Amino acid sequence: MRVEEFLEHSAHRAPHKTALICQGSRLTYAEVDQLSDRLAGALIEKGVRRGDRVVVFLDNSVEAVVSIFGILKAGAVFIMANSTTKAEKLAYMMNNSEAVGLIAHVRQGPVFAEIENHSPSLRVIVTAGSGHDTVSGNRVTVLPWDEALHPLTGHRPAPGIDVDLATIIYTSGSTGFPKGVMMTHLNMVTAATSITQYLGNTADDVILNVLPLSFDYGLYQVLMGFKVGGTVILEKSFAFPQLILNQLRDAKVTGFPIVPTMAAILLQINTLAPGQFPHLRYITNTAAALPPAHITQLRRIFPSTKIYSMYGLTECKRVAYLPPDQLDIRPTSVGKAIPNTEVYIVNERGQRVGPGEIGELVVRGAHVMKGYWKLPEDTKRALKPGWIDGETVLYSGDFFRADEEGYLYFVGRKDDMIKTRGEKVSPTEIERVLYMLTDVLEVAVVGVPDEILGQAIKAMIVLRDGAHLTENEILLHCRLHLEDFMVPQAVELTHALPKTDSGKIQRRGLPIESRR
Amino acid sequence: MEKPTRRIDHAVRQFIVERFLYGDHSAPLADEDSLLDKGIIDSTGVLELVAYLQSEFGIEIPDEEIIPDNLDSIAKLTRYIQHKQSRVAHAG
Repeated sequence: MRVEEFLEHSAHRAPHKTALICQGSRLTYAEVDQLSDRLAGALIEKGVRRGDRVVVFLDNSVEAVVSIFGILKAGAVFIMANSTTKAEKLAYMMNNSEAVGLIAHVRQGPVFAEIENHSPSLRVIVTAGSGHDTVSGNRVTVLPWDEALHPLTGHRPAPGIDVDLATIIYTSGSTGFPKGVMMTHLNMVTAATSITQYLGNTADDVILNVLPLSFDYGLYQVLMGFKVGGTVILEKSFAFPQLILNQLRDAKVTGFPIVPTMAAILLQINTLAPGQFPHLRYITNTAAALPPAHITQLRRIFPSTKIYSMYGLTECKRVAYLPPDQLDIRPTSVGKAIPNTEVYIVNERGQRVGPGEIGELVVRGAHVMKGYWKLPEDTKRALKPGWIDGETVLYSGDFFRADEEGYLYFVGRKDDMIKTRGEKVSPTEIERVLYMLTDVLEVAVVGVPDEILGQAIKAMIVLRDGAHLTENEILLHCRLHLEDFMVPQAVELTHALPKTDSGKIQRRGLPIESRR
Repeated sequence: MEKPTRRIDHAVRQFIVERFLYGDHSAPLADEDSLLDKGIIDSTGVLELVAYLQSEFGIEIPDEEIIPDNLDSIAKLTRYIQHKQSRVAHAG
């Protein structure tokens, strides 16, 4: 099975059912199916071929959802870019993936010229939204959204099979540049099948998603909702939680995926009385553990709602979940392997460890990625031989222990990755951007504990002699070069940074006192 | 004491530019621009904005008033603060 079949099958079963609600628009399955068919036809007409990559640079919107399925129906591979990505990084992703297509909002016009100049592989830009675009259009065809959705003529070729790539998900990389996680249709269908199974999703579900579709947790809400034929409500952000709570109640939402930052913000709302959301069947949390105090408060406010603590990584989407009935017994556990997945913990020699011992978590299953795009060495470090000849299993890079009954507990990361607002951020990527400032001599970026963000990002900086750069100037530079969630919350100018014997800056050992 | 519109508008803009744009006054920000759509504030930014408004203008902002209609642009913020202050003034 391929991912676009989630939509096609649901459109066949229940064409008039509401599939998507977003920004005041309601679309049925038949409508989303037809729009994505048309987009696929237009992409193919403009030269997009099976296996080609097309970048979707849109915030949560109808266009983003139609793009995902349109690209897949054309046999191509979709790549979601966070809507706050800056031109330089977008160009990096386009070039690295050798993308032939870009679907972006017309208001991103100023970025197009730079992309066009720096992306030799680019052939077509589809512009969503109305208004003027500023693309020269010399080498690249610019196709306004409405034109891309003209009724189809001609026959569309079969898109491919399930071992073809469906998406490349760019994650923050330890080299300072993002790396692309290659996911096949089979990988994604496997993950979506497993997750919808343990959540018990059905066509009656109404899922409210505020997470960006560039974040795999957000993306899967659409995929899973469409797989079961449910309704997905897509919101652009959680900035105004009161609106989201109104939606939860008024739209009789049954499923609400959150990250710990959202729980922390929700729980600050004084008017949140218990029992206002009788329809809400489940809340899922992933990306980082919920503090036990927040679990207790969530349960008080949502007494009839099941709360799922989960753990995963982009390289296989999801690994483990804690059955809600275990939440009181072991609130800090992320549970056991999801259906059709096997996990075990190994020591440095690759041997399995017993209960209570700490080691690296290894994941085995058909949802494990194909590897990192064009990074064979990184792939070799993450994917190692499994039990069966030729099989690979995923080394997660996360340290875990298991209790006597096999429930898993996250202990820490092997590297210095920061988890902020639920997103994994490489300190090296931020340090690389800071080193672009000539006045910066040395930088160390670290995560510091933060009640709302999980970890806040802090940059410790040594300036060159005589430099007069201010903290605000440094932060502004970050804002102009990094996605919003990667911009540090704090900059500290300092005289020296701790070093290893070989003179390398040591992030560990830096003071990491809480920001608040 | 009620602040005139101009001063409210100026103070709010100053705070937003200093806090969320790191003092970059060259960035185009029209009074009616959506702070959310422009990527200037996010969920934690809204919390900071509310804390600032409460302390700077001496107003109470209940949870149900933390909505885009009141807070999502400099113009909306100015109108909202004026409205809140006039209610306080009349009550006093």
